[in-house]
Amino acid sequence: MNFRNLTAALLLSSALALPGLASAQAEDSIYVPLFTYRTGAYAGSGTHIADGMHDYLAMLNERDGGIGGAKLVIEECETGYDVKKGVECYESVKGRNPVVVVPWSTGITLSLIPKASVDKIPILSMAYGLSASARGAVFPWVFNPPATYWDGLSEIVKYIAAQEGGLDKLKGRKIGYLYLDAGYGKEPIPLFQALATEYGFDLKLYPVAGADMQNQSSHWLNVRRDKPDYMVMYGWGAMNPTAVKEAVKTGFAMDKFISIWWAAEDDAKGAGEGAKGFKTLNWHANGANFPALADVIKHVVDKGKSQVASRDKVGQGLYNHGVYNGILIAEAIRNAQKLSGRKVISGEDMRRGLESLDVDAARLKEMGFEGFTAPIKLSCTDHNGHGATYVQAWDGTAYVKASEMIGPLSDKVQPLLDAAAREYVEKNTGWPARTEACDKP
Amino acid sequence: MFYRESGQFKTSYAADQAIFPIREDRIGLTIILFTAFVLIPLFGGQFFLSSVMIPFLVYALAAIGLNILTGYSGLLSLGTGAFMGVGAYACYKLTTLFPQVNIIIWIVASGVFSCAIGVLFGLPSLRIKGFYLAVATLAAQFFLEWCFIRVKWLYNDNISGAIEVPERLLFGLAITGPRASAQTRYLVALSIVVAMTWLASNLVHGRIGRMWMAVRDMDIAAELMGIRLLPAKLLAFAVSSFYAGVAGAMMVFLWLNAAEASAFTIDQSFIVLFMVIIGGLGSLLGAFMGAALIQILPTALRVVLPAIGLKISSATIEHLTFMVTGALIIFFLIVEPHGLARLWQIVKQKLRVWPFPY
Repeated sequence: MNFRNLTAALLLSSALALPGLASAQAEDSIYVPLFTYRTGAYAGSGTHIADGMHDYLAMLNERDGGIGGAKLVIEECETGYDVKKGVECYESVKGRNPVVVVPWSTGITLSLIPKASVDKIPILSMAYGLSASARGAVFPWVFNPPATYWDGLSEIVKYIAAQEGGLDKLKGRKIGYLYLDAGYGKEPIPLFQALATEYGFDLKLYPVAGADMQNQSSHWLNVRRDKPDYMVMYGWGAMNPTAVKEAVKTGFAMDKFISIWWAAEDDAKGAGEGAKGFKTLNWHANGANFPALADVIKHVVDKGKSQVASRDKVGQGLYNHGVYNGILIAEAIRNAQKLSGRKVISGEDMRRGLESLDVDAARLKEMGFEGFTAPIKLSCTDHNGHGATYVQAWDGTAYVKASEMIGPLSDKVQPLLDAAAREYVEKNTGWPARTEACDKP
Repeated sequence: MFYRESGQFKTSYAADQAIFPIREDRIGLTIILFTAFVLIPLFGGQFFLSSVMIPFLVYALAAIGLNILTGYSGLLSLGTGAFMGVGAYACYKLTTLFPQVNIIIWIVASGVFSCAIGVLFGLPSLRIKGFYLAVATLAAQFFLEWCFIRVKWLYNDNISGAIEVPERLLFGLAITGPRASAQTRYLVALSIVVAMTWLASNLVHGRIGRMWMAVRDMDIAAELMGIRLLPAKLLAFAVSSFYAGVAGAMMVFLWLNAAEASAFTIDQSFIVLFMVIIGGLGSLLGAFMGAALIQILPTALRVVLPAIGLKISSATIEHLTFMVTGALIIFFLIVEPHGLARLWQIVKQKLRVWPFPY
């Protein structure tokens, strides 16, 4: 019957796949799967990140022959920002001893978090995912450096306060919050509300549903009516350029419109001259003016081994986000090799490597990233680092630094993180207590 | 030659009315069930089970649900994705409120909730037909999606806004959560799907199914023959949403492990609708075939293309998948507009007279 044929064909196709899976695990190689999305509604943001991450790791292969003598097997798996495809990607790479997975979607991260400790594969969700996973004691297998969304929000509020002349001057001010109506955008709200009551400012919420990303006229009509003094945005994909355009159309003062770190050059460029002054957070420098990035251009981009659209994309904000993610992966692998004394590391080694990650200024200089970003140090209990960020403003052609480094309001964020981690454990009955030993730094 | 009914005499009404009147069909079904229950769990790899077979089963069940509504009763619905969501959220709420009750009971019981919601949105079906009804169910899709995002109670006030699957056991063996093996999850899904397919088969071959088909073919004539339209149509909505709900609960609990509202968008509704159309309207076998084609083909392409040595990037494969799937859909619609199930019937007809066609 047809069914039998179908089943046979399926078994055959899966059998065909097996030799392919086996051959990738060659001698002295470390398998690093990258979950990326170059297709779908969020491809506009995802492509740059995928390029940055891939190109930096590929450069290490080309220039140094891998890390510590072990070649990196870099493979992209297309998720399309879709949880179903992401889970499929995870299942397809799981059997090949990946040292780390980088989901690049909060939804996929949430799906994978419970599996990490069972499959012994650490998850690196760089500045996205579950904020509570910063708590290493509860989530030994999940890492989200360099800052959580709550850190980011508190940094934005601190920046606004600095503009007004102090946190006490926020009283009576009105701040609007435009966010993607998904887990990512909703997460900061409890902190935002707590800060609003504490400092006495008025918080207005403007949720944008995923389907309405490109149709925000009604939201901005409300903004015009409410006349907030500042606007804060947590957007992604097509939501960002639309919001900037609508803000320009509405005549909102662009220098009072501040986004979390996911706004790109293209998001502001599309709105033309009017977008000048639009601000976003960032934790690393823009531009390709670093020796390591010059190597990326030399060894990868110019040799046609990158998918990047043009050379000038190297060094843009989101591309450098990807590069930063590549740095975290590479440094953790290097650290894990040092700790385990082996060239080819396992997921368990990688977990230790991430946990005792310590990239100081000297190491940044050595890598060719002097002044690229602040040093980062993770620990057994802190899987995040709660790094400081700075505000950058759009000048019409590029983002320029507009503030000094701003640290998070740790005393406000930490209790929330603890509560969220506690709640996660309560809701997921049978959540395993941490048994992994801590490495002494 | 091998597939013919000559010599098989029916000596009772029951034998004459059997769903599989030919002995070869019954043997074939036994082989399929044996393969599905024994061979696949024994020899299928982790990836094959969890990324090919479980999604296939989930979508097959959803497609059966929509087929009951669209294929058997002639009511077009674009709300399947949302009804699946109702099932998933209901199952989540039930298992977090009453963790002692076995999860399989809750997966099946969650269908009751989507059934109730389905009936509610099916009420206009007496007055409006065809595309207009599709628009009404579209409203259900958007309204329910809004609820999944907005009503915090549905996801237990979770900060991430997602529903996360807790670990649940059956006879000491984890069947949901991270520790559940692919084999267990597959067998649970398979058992549910087989049982519900058997139920659906009995429904559509009996009085109720005939009633639905009468309504589908001409509702005024059906009314004149004494079929009450509103109960008939509402029953179709109820059963269809029940199946969709169970499929949704299975999707989150046995496959994805966590889900946000974005898992139940209009895309989901369209995918299931395509499965029904390509598989064949008004055929249970068609639901399985459609689900196989649309759900497994992309995965197979993603696995097979790199395996045979084609060095192409993952994004290109994604584009290729879109194109191949799209082309196949158009091909089938032109060559066989009645779907794969009809194609299979033609093959069966040809097999019966082979090798001496007359």
